[in-house]
Amino acid sequence: MSQVLFSEDHEYIKIEDDIGTVGITDFAQKALGDVVYVELPKIGDTVEKGGQAGVVESVKSASEIYSPVSGEIVEINEALTSDPAQVNSDPEGAAWFYKIKIANDTELSSLKDAAAYKAFTDSL
Amino acid sequence: MRTNRAHMKTLRSQRQSGARLILGIFGKDNALDNTAEKMNTTVLHKTPLHALHVARGGKMVPFAGYDMPVQYADMGVLKEHLHTRAAAGLFDVSHMGQALLVGKDGDPAVALEKIVPGDITSLKPGQMRYTVLLNDDGGIIDDLMVTRWDETTLYLVVNAACKEKDFDYIEQSIGLETTLGPMPERALIALQGPKAAEALSALLPDAAQLTFMTSYKTAYNGRTLFVSRSGYTGEDGFEISVPEDTAAAFTEKLLENDAVRLIGLGARDSLRLEAGLCLYGHDLDEETTPVEASLKWVVAKRRRAEKNFAGADVIMQQLAEGTERLRVGIRPDGKAPMREGTELVDANGKKIGVITSGGFGPSCDAPVAMGYVDAAHAKTGTEIHALLRGQMRPCTVAATPFIQQNYKKD
Repeated sequence: MSQVLFSEDHEYIKIEDDIGTVGITDFAQKALGDVVYVELPKIGDTVEKGGQAGVVESVKSASEIYSPVSGEIVEINEALTSDPAQVNSDPEGAAWFYKIKIANDTELSSLKDAAAYKAFTDSL
Repeated sequence: MRTNRAHMKTLRSQRQSGARLILGIFGKDNALDNTAEKMNTTVLHKTPLHALHVARGGKMVPFAGYDMPVQYADMGVLKEHLHTRAAAGLFDVSHMGQALLVGKDGDPAVALEKIVPGDITSLKPGQMRYTVLLNDDGGIIDDLMVTRWDETTLYLVVNAACKEKDFDYIEQSIGLETTLGPMPERALIALQGPKAAEALSALLPDAAQLTFMTSYKTAYNGRTLFVSRSGYTGEDGFEISVPEDTAAAFTEKLLENDAVRLIGLGARDSLRLEAGLCLYGHDLDEETTPVEASLKWVVAKRRRAEKNFAGADVIMQQLAEGTERLRVGIRPDGKAPMREGTELVDANGKKIGVITSGGFGPSCDAPVAMGYVDAAHAKTGTEIHALLRGQMRPCTVAATPFIQQNYKKD
């Protein structure tokens, strides 16, 4: 079963079994503008929920990516490093940042589903 | 995702966003911040082009007390930047301070030279010069453009955030000999890029005759415009002072040319950074002298001999003996942008300076920056490091501008 959840920091996580694919939302890429630089975590790193797991920068601003869940980084999307503009063109598809082996399922309950995330962004 | 925007001092100081989450300086958070602004008592000024910006998709943000377009919906910072270097960009810079300085008893340049180190008295009518207002310690109160109109009149353009401070300082310093007349009723439009001359000539045929750093007055629809060949992008271009009642119509007319597009403050900043031009409040401030700022050339030869400007003691000593720190260009070795506030260190990790402006240079397709370093590390080509997110990253002290300037010199 696959499921997509969202953080209030504008990361999404697509969950399949115990692996989550993490990126930034379409709302986030629109707000950032033209992305010119992406920094990814390293495979094998373990991150905490809310811990820094990368950087995304547009011409004018730098933002840190915070992991929506705790776990071990098992795969990174190296293509983003050479073509960061993908974050603007396909943020919730090809431009995922990393895959994480989810350490603790219970953390998922604090994330939002698509409807709740939309209500959240509409309120901003 | 949370945004680090410590590098945007000016914007930050004007905001009181209560939002925990902050997305992009020029992102949607501005809607949030605007709400916060409205809830405060702060009322943002609007330029005569405000409605035009909104109608044409300008993303409006508070800047220096004005509600200004940071980018436009159809292009965004990156495309706006590249368009300016390839064709022509139109910038609303009406927030800047325009004023006339008139001598009560002759040439106001004699009085102005007490507080600026440039050679102003020798300016011929129509000539303009970049200079700096100095305090008694040689610190830079503001940088500004001075244009001579005639024997008794100078036209000044100062930074938006410094207007009141500058005008007060001028009044206090040389108010007995001069009369200062701010002109808040005028808009200021910059048209920049290789197609600027062609676009402006269609409306003002004589404008193409101007050379870099000269100006003239002309009429448009019965109103007087002040036109200079100057700008803040490193490109050929013009700055045009227009009465507020004519500004929108004049701008619309320029925008009928397909080569001309509206450009926001975001690209204005990346364009000036690539051109190696200083931004007041970031690269220059009252604790920094022109010598430290690597702007020795603003201290004119005659003025060095006369030593009769504010802060001359300090500046002459620095010219003779050097300074502890200097402003330099910086090229980060990798792809990571290095922004204002980033600490610079030597190979041993010892702090040697700080970045004062930095980001991604779209025309360089690479990060570019400027900052202050200890004099021992200021030579072009010196390998230094920046402390970025706890890691030492190599960078190189580099000559500025980072792009080829395209001024119309003759």
